Amino acid sequence: MEIDLLVIGGGPAGLSAAITAAELAHSVLIVDENPKLGGQLIKQTHKFFGSESNYCGIRGIDIAEILEDKVNKLGITKHLESTVVGIYEDGVAIASEQALRVVHPKKIIIATGARENMLSFVNNDLPGVYGAGAVQTLVNVYGVLPGKRALMVGSGNIGLIVSYQLMQAGVEVVAILEALDHVGGYEVHAAKVKRLGIPILLRHTIKSAIGNDKVEAAVITKLDEHWQPIPGSERELNVDFICLAVGLSPSYELAAQAGAKIVYIPELGGWLPWHKPNLETSVSGLYVAGDAAGVEEAVSALLEGKIAAADASNSIKENKYAQKLVETTQKELQEFRAGKFGKKIIEGKRKLYASLHL
Amino acid sequence: MRITEHPIIKFKRGRKVTIYFEGKPIEAYEGESVAAALIAAGIYVFRYSPRHKRARGLFCAIGKCSSCLMQIDGKPNQMACMVHVRDGMRVRRQKGKGVLDGN
Repeated sequence: MEIDLLVIGGGPAGLSAAITAAELAHSVLIVDENPKLGGQLIKQTHKFFGSESNYCGIRGIDIAEILEDKVNKLGITKHLESTVVGIYEDGVAIASEQALRVVHPKKIIIATGARENMLSFVNNDLPGVYGAGAVQTLVNVYGVLPGKRALMVGSGNIGLIVSYQLMQAGVEVVAILEALDHVGGYEVHAAKVKRLGIPILLRHTIKSAIGNDKVEAAVITKLDEHWQPIPGSERELNVDFICLAVGLSPSYELAAQAGAKIVYIPELGGWLPWHKPNLETSVSGLYVAGDAAGVEEAVSALLEGKIAAADASNSIKENKYAQKLVETTQKELQEFRAGKFGKKIIEGKRKLYASLHL
Repeated sequence: MRITEHPIIKFKRGRKVTIYFEGKPIEAYEGESVAAALIAAGIYVFRYSPRHKRARGLFCAIGKCSSCLMQIDGKPNQMACMVHVRDGMRVRRQKGKGVLDGN
């Protein structure tokens, strides 16, 4: 199968890339592991507030439907419940339950997202310890509750939003722990959980999970200014599950397999494929976009997908419109990152661009 | 535990089906993952680890961490979070390393 663009991952970055390329009259194939497109948007029940975004004020679940609708209207080919198992010089292998296929794309965009970070504590592998995103999937996608009383570890936006959504679903969030001396996420989200009466315990962390085959309680501890647990400050909390909202790491494995240079940038979530401002990796014609290009937000993922696809389009066949689209979207992304929370990302991307001398 | 009423979300559950966990029938809905169906039924231990035989359950729910590997319809190492239920599906806890049964 000969195609212009292969998009790996059907979340915000991938869908935005696919739509952009199809609108520029390219043949596009999207591959996603799930039976439904949308990536992690399908569990985001909160409203987005990207300042310059077209989707400001819309819930993530609805953005997923809008994007899927566009993909269908543009007649973009999808391979769902399929996995790209390898990118080779003579083709890309895609596996599904039914078949192993090889495609020959001119350009590839890797939009594989991110995975949740683990935290080191006693019994952290006990059933009932979940990534916060996993709890969001259970509760918001399947309508299934993992328990009645939750402990949230981490007060970044994900920790705050998931705490709020748990309360909406009838779960009691006993506390939100934060190792820093200030709340990590946006003030709007913090205010919402505080109004519900959920205590945010600053300079606290989890010491252990208790239980035989399932979480039955958690022991928390205070931290001193050197991040060391303060002896005697331990407290046992009666909870039946624990959510870890301690950050995400880019899913870079496929890019690494394809030979892309991988670099470590803490501000962007750790190891990730090195890339240029046009999102192209060190392998010519191989792009990365969204959380796989540095953990950020759905809005920036949408913009990055657009930039990568427009740049790929221009490099398949030079065209002014695509060039212009790259420039205007890069400007839009800059404006989106101009706020207080964009500082870290800007610093991370600056380090990234400076980090490789090929 | 399943949510029946929610302030924002209308859950569109599929057709009701039966899956078998360790031979015991469990109610599930088409369109949901094996992991979701098991947790809805109060089952949290999905496997035991190879070396220390520690209980493991769902962790990431999106096919990235491999904490939820189970034996599904005879096949080992299936991610319970990524496999969707089918009527009559047989699900077993994986004990240690996944082994193909050779049938």
